[in-house]
Amino acid sequence: MSGLRDALTKGFGDAVLSFEGEGRDQAALVKPEAARDVLRALKDSGFNMLVDLTAVDFSRYGQDLPPGVTATNPAPEGSRFRLTYRLMKLGATEGLVLGRLAVHCWIVDDRGPASVKDLWPNADWLEREIWDMFGVKFSDRPGIKRLLLYEEFVGHPLRKDYPINKRQPLIGPKDERPRERLTGADLRPRIVP
Amino acid sequence: MEELTTPGVLTSQLDAAVGWARKYSIFQYPFVTACCGMEYMATASSHYDMDRFGAGFPRFSPRQADVLFVVGTISHKMAPVLKRIYDQMTSPKWVVAFGVCTCTGGFYDDYSTVQGIDTIIPVDLYIPGCPPRPEAVLQGLMMLQEKIQKQGRTVAK
Amino acid sequence: MTVTRESKTFMLNMGPQHPAMHGVIRLVLELEGEKVVDCDVQIGYLHRAFEKHAENEPWNNVIPWTDRLNYVSPLINNVGYCMAVEKLSGLQVPERGLYVRTIACEISRVTDHLTCLGASAMELGALSVFLYMIKAREWLYQLVDKLTGARITTSYTRVGGVKSDLPPGFEEELLKVFGQVRETLGEVDALLTKNRIFVDRMSGVGVLSQADALGYGITGPMLRSTGIPFDLRRAEPYLVYDRVDFEIPVGATGDNYDRYLVRMAEMEQSMRIVEQCFRQIPPGPHSLTERQMVDAGVMADLGKHGETGKIWGAQAETDPTLEGSGRGCRTAVAASAPRYNLPVKEEVYGSIEGLMRHFEIVMWGRGINPPAGETYVAVEGGNGELGFHIVSDGRDRPYRVRCRPPCFFNMSALRKLIVGGSVADIIPTFGSVNMIAGELDR
Repeated sequence: MSGLRDALTKGFGDAVLSFEGEGRDQAALVKPEAARDVLRALKDSGFNMLVDLTAVDFSRYGQDLPPGVTATNPAPEGSRFRLTYRLMKLGATEGLVLGRLAVHCWIVDDRGPASVKDLWPNADWLEREIWDMFGVKFSDRPGIKRLLLYEEFVGHPLRKDYPINKRQPLIGPKDERPRERLTGADLRPRIVP
Repeated sequence: MEELTTPGVLTSQLDAAVGWARKYSIFQYPFVTACCGMEYMATASSHYDMDRFGAGFPRFSPRQADVLFVVGTISHKMAPVLKRIYDQMTSPKWVVAFGVCTCTGGFYDDYSTVQGIDTIIPVDLYIPGCPPRPEAVLQGLMMLQEKIQKQGRTVAK
Repeated sequence: MTVTRESKTFMLNMGPQHPAMHGVIRLVLELEGEKVVDCDVQIGYLHRAFEKHAENEPWNNVIPWTDRLNYVSPLINNVGYCMAVEKLSGLQVPERGLYVRTIACEISRVTDHLTCLGASAMELGALSVFLYMIKAREWLYQLVDKLTGARITTSYTRVGGVKSDLPPGFEEELLKVFGQVRETLGEVDALLTKNRIFVDRMSGVGVLSQADALGYGITGPMLRSTGIPFDLRRAEPYLVYDRVDFEIPVGATGDNYDRYLVRMAEMEQSMRIVEQCFRQIPPGPHSLTERQMVDAGVMADLGKHGETGKIWGAQAETDPTLEGSGRGCRTAVAASAPRYNLPVKEEVYGSIEGLMRHFEIVMWGRGINPPAGETYVAVEGGNGELGFHIVSDGRDRPYRVRCRPPCFFNMSALRKLIVGGSVADIIPTFGSVNMIAGELDR
């Protein structure tokens, strides 16, 4: 699959920041403004299926780790969310996986890249889900609607700063203050010198 | 009619008769949303056979049903729908909370799940379990029948 | 006076609680008479925050939540999640564990297809088919109960293996049940496959083209019904699927009838896989003849008094819920990785080190710590490619778990399948898509 690496790095120059892994786990990191073009080129080169599109909120990555564990936050300055487009090249006649590729892109604030729903129609729902859960907007979809939650819902629950049990009921008792959930760090026995 | 509503031998007999008739002709409305639906299916089908208890006939219109089985997690998005279906049912009506999610929210203590349907509608019977085994459902059904028998003509709601 | 008749459309709301749809979904239909002109599919009525919960729970505690994703085939979800964590941690499940997982997955696939076909047949008016299918599923559930301790919410796997070994006599019982399931499938086949009413309602309805299937990311039986023989068990073999022989049934036109046929054929293949697994599986501890059994309470007392010599090599007679997790059993089905696996019960009862190790793993805030990194693992679920994308930063809980639910992609194509058809066609199409709300909305 080194052909893919060459094609990407040569064809797009700086827009492809890195390319790592091999086989099933290969992943490319691209700039958000070029994401759509790269994805279009990949689709033309045979990646006919968008297997998944998801995001990760890296704002608390590596914080409050237990002693002895270190992890550096890979997020560049000013970025918090990383989108992952997971592509697959499926041989339609023999039903074999000819290649898998994850395309990551770090986005600035909550401004996502351009939509790819015209390339793969299932991106429509996936992008709506990402807006719903993370509050990431896609640049050419200004009026995007929520998918899983209701329009009255305020906030985006999969952001790390949204408390898991902050409820916003449509009917029924209002204001149940979110209870503090104990984290592992709270319960870890501490040795006081 | 006057003497029928005053307490006496005849009325208590009538209460018993009405209760008996009602408890063995439960028309249920299965409000199936989630995993518990699998156990609901198992209970309603031939192996466990809810029909033995006179509750074998699901009516898929709330207006024709008298027991609302709320089967599965109710999310906040779903809650108004549940309330509306409850309101559409005619009295006398009973509600069964099937599974721990409907009883208390279960282990879904999160932003999207209603923490027990009794915060929205009144509940007559709770069947805990995640999901409850068919035997538990049948026991719950028998307890509901007991309750219906005791209520007689007095309907609380 | 002249009367002009204009073509007018009207809206019809179907769901989220509709009797002929086994799942919570809302279809806002625009109709012109019987014909569906447009449709808005609204989902999210069973959103239960799986991904948020997974971020707040230790690694092993996420497993019960995965049961409730696709609650018709929970064992496949368990296996998929654990495989992802194992890939991140570099754990290798022993041979017997792999076979046990394969057997569990295939039982789940049969129950999945039984439920799907039974429910969709019921919605077309064939109630007796539903009763037959559920009867067959009931036999399998009772065996799943025996294997895992629960009928539906199984939580059978652990990171590094499975909870316990196969119970004694499981093979004979399962093979006997398969005979009964085959008989039931024969009955259903006789009732439906050439039934004029059934074929008329299914055939040529809800047609999905290959191009659409690929564009919408559809996998599983729905993709295979269009004629693409894509099955992850064959394309990217995991567990022991590369050592068993099975066929991938495919359809031709991608309509509802093909989806029905594909599912019917897949159940037979799943049963074949299980039978081959039983022929190949390495012998387990239950086939040992000489065992010294000691009551678990007695063993704990002896251990407390330091008289470990008396219980050395003995096996604890445990509660039925812990059956299969004792000495010999656990090592056969779970990786030997002390940082990840619970110690066998004999060590927990009989030695302080075992007890400490047990608590190190089950205590909140301790538990297992896979290394920082991320991975994606996909397995063939009941509806298609079930993927878990896991991000870890080295703590005792996942940083993020993304479930790639196959249903979600199948459902995103639903609009395409029902627009242009009539209202009555929605029911068989919806049934054959096999929406599972728990997985769709997570």
